[in-house]
Amino acid sequence: MSLRRPAKDQPESFEFNASSLEAANVILAKYPQGKQQSAVMALLYIAQKQNNNWIPLAAMKYIAKFLDMPYIKVYEVATFYTMYNLAPVGKYFVQVCTTTPCMIRGANQLVEACKEKISENECELSNDKSCSWMEVECLGACVNAPMMQINDDYYEDLDKQKTLDILDKILNGETPKPGSYRGRVNNEPENNRKTLMDLKNA
Amino acid sequence: MLKDQDRIFQNLYNDKGSDVSSSQERGDWVNTKEITDKGRDWIINEIKESQLRGRGGAGFPTGLKWSFAPKEVGSRPHYLVINGDESEPGTCKDRDILRFEPHKLIEGCLIASYAVQAHVCYIYIRGEYFVDGQKLQAAIDEAYEKKLLGKNAAGTGWDLDIYIHYGAGAYICGEETALLESLEGKKGQPRLKPPFPALIGLYGCPTIINNVETIAVVPTILRRGAKWFASLGREKNTGTKIFCISGNVNNPCNVEEEMSIPLKELIEVHAGGVIGGWENLQAVIPGGSSMPLIPKERCETLKMDFDACVEEKSGLGTAGIVVINKDQDIIKCMARIARFYKHESCGQCTPCREGSGWMWRMLERMAKGDATKDEVDMLGDVTNQIAGHTICAFGEGSSWPVQGLLRHFKKEIEKRNNLDPIVQKKNNIPYLVDQHLLDKKNA
Repeated sequence: MSLRRPAKDQPESFEFNASSLEAANVILAKYPQGKQQSAVMALLYIAQKQNNNWIPLAAMKYIAKFLDMPYIKVYEVATFYTMYNLAPVGKYFVQVCTTTPCMIRGANQLVEACKEKISENECELSNDKSCSWMEVECLGACVNAPMMQINDDYYEDLDKQKTLDILDKILNGETPKPGSYRGRVNNEPENNRKTLMDLKNA
Repeated sequence: MLKDQDRIFQNLYNDKGSDVSSSQERGDWVNTKEITDKGRDWIINEIKESQLRGRGGAGFPTGLKWSFAPKEVGSRPHYLVINGDESEPGTCKDRDILRFEPHKLIEGCLIASYAVQAHVCYIYIRGEYFVDGQKLQAAIDEAYEKKLLGKNAAGTGWDLDIYIHYGAGAYICGEETALLESLEGKKGQPRLKPPFPALIGLYGCPTIINNVETIAVVPTILRRGAKWFASLGREKNTGTKIFCISGNVNNPCNVEEEMSIPLKELIEVHAGGVIGGWENLQAVIPGGSSMPLIPKERCETLKMDFDACVEEKSGLGTAGIVVINKDQDIIKCMARIARFYKHESCGQCTPCREGSGWMWRMLERMAKGDATKDEVDMLGDVTNQIAGHTICAFGEGSSWPVQGLLRHFKKEIEKRNNLDPIVQKKNNIPYLVDQHLLDKKNA
């Protein structure tokens, strides 16, 4: 299990804004009547998006009321799943995969790059407060290892220099192009493709 | 090598685009009505005869699973749930289906829903695949627009709604009952089986749960016939499979190949060989991190299918092949996998919650050479205390890789950890400290 603590400084109150409310109602329509609790995960995402990428306790209380379920049940869900940030993270949230398939292809270099560019320790904001990073478990892009995720996008086939370049860009407020950084197309074996060649050349 | 025309996922590398019209060119949605007109029994029978086994790891026969759904819909509606919570280290096949072949999946959902009489289908996608999920959502929206979903979907007379539900970074939600808990808006802790989800599943209703890849191959099987599918591979291990080859190979890739293809051919032909040559190979994890590793000698002749891998005391799992060469420290690799399981244990059953941490800490010390001789056997004991003593298969999944390491690399561990137990006692190694104290602050 992983240990997850809510942040010490918590805002007093939280409420969905108009666009969040609209999104929440779209989600609610997905589930049968009386089973609105199913929407809790999606609603936590919406709250996280609205609140600068983290979920305060007030938001959990608000969602509990919104879905007519006990607060503790929302708290349980928010603390069980690791993608809900319980403390402030940077506007650019860098997650480096370091599980074995990435590890044996040099994920530690990506960690080094993050330490150099962002902050010495994980889950710590960079000097300009725009960026933070952490090590995470398998992100499911193992044939593109080593890789990292910045907000929603995957950056694949990296090495130290490429990571430094990407981090430079996000620290300057740019959004680098996601995908492979070795110029290969998706998950194909680069320069060694032996299947479906008719389609490739068509 | 499998002929190109026998490959099911023609757009695996996105050469052609994933929208409806290009999918139709590849044969999707062409005669869906003709398939459903043949009736439920025919569909289930055909899938049974094709000997399709689930692609999510356990390899349960799909046709058999569908036949468990009640024949008549009672007071409770039936549900179809697609498991796209692909989190097994080494596996990244479902992601390519979600983003490049979404219509194979959607059409498969329609046919499967018809076969098990479900009007609502939930696709559970891991939260990290948000971008790929959006691509699937776009494909679903397009399908609604073209009347391939919704009321009288694709002219079959069957009503079907498909919804995407995002996970939030919990590996355990790939376990089918944990996935249902998560869908119901609870924390993902597995349920006891029985009752099986086919009778009491989502919201207490009959629910069939299949992997993304399993459902995505269904339309092609029904179109080309069970005989064609069964002619590939070998008895009980039929058809094609997407293999993900990662780790120390020259060209890591996803490739669709025939079942029972030799492992060596996969690595040498498709993945461009092991870095440093075949002689530099140390071990291979054949089916995602929870399957025991197989050392080089056995890799020479290993055929990649369910039964052949079991004969090697491993398993095909999700066919996520992780190649580890001799430049890597095998104990460290396994210690990292143990850390993964320690992090992902849901905490419900004590043997797994505590044991996964034990295994991780012991392996970390063994990697450094800080363990004593008798601890090597103790580690084996710990794995046996976990496997088989938990509600779900996570217990096995977390202890099998360690058991595999002990089975094949025990000498290596013993060589490095040669300390005398009595001397070691003075070193004050914390055996029973709270694992969180050793862990990173916010992990």
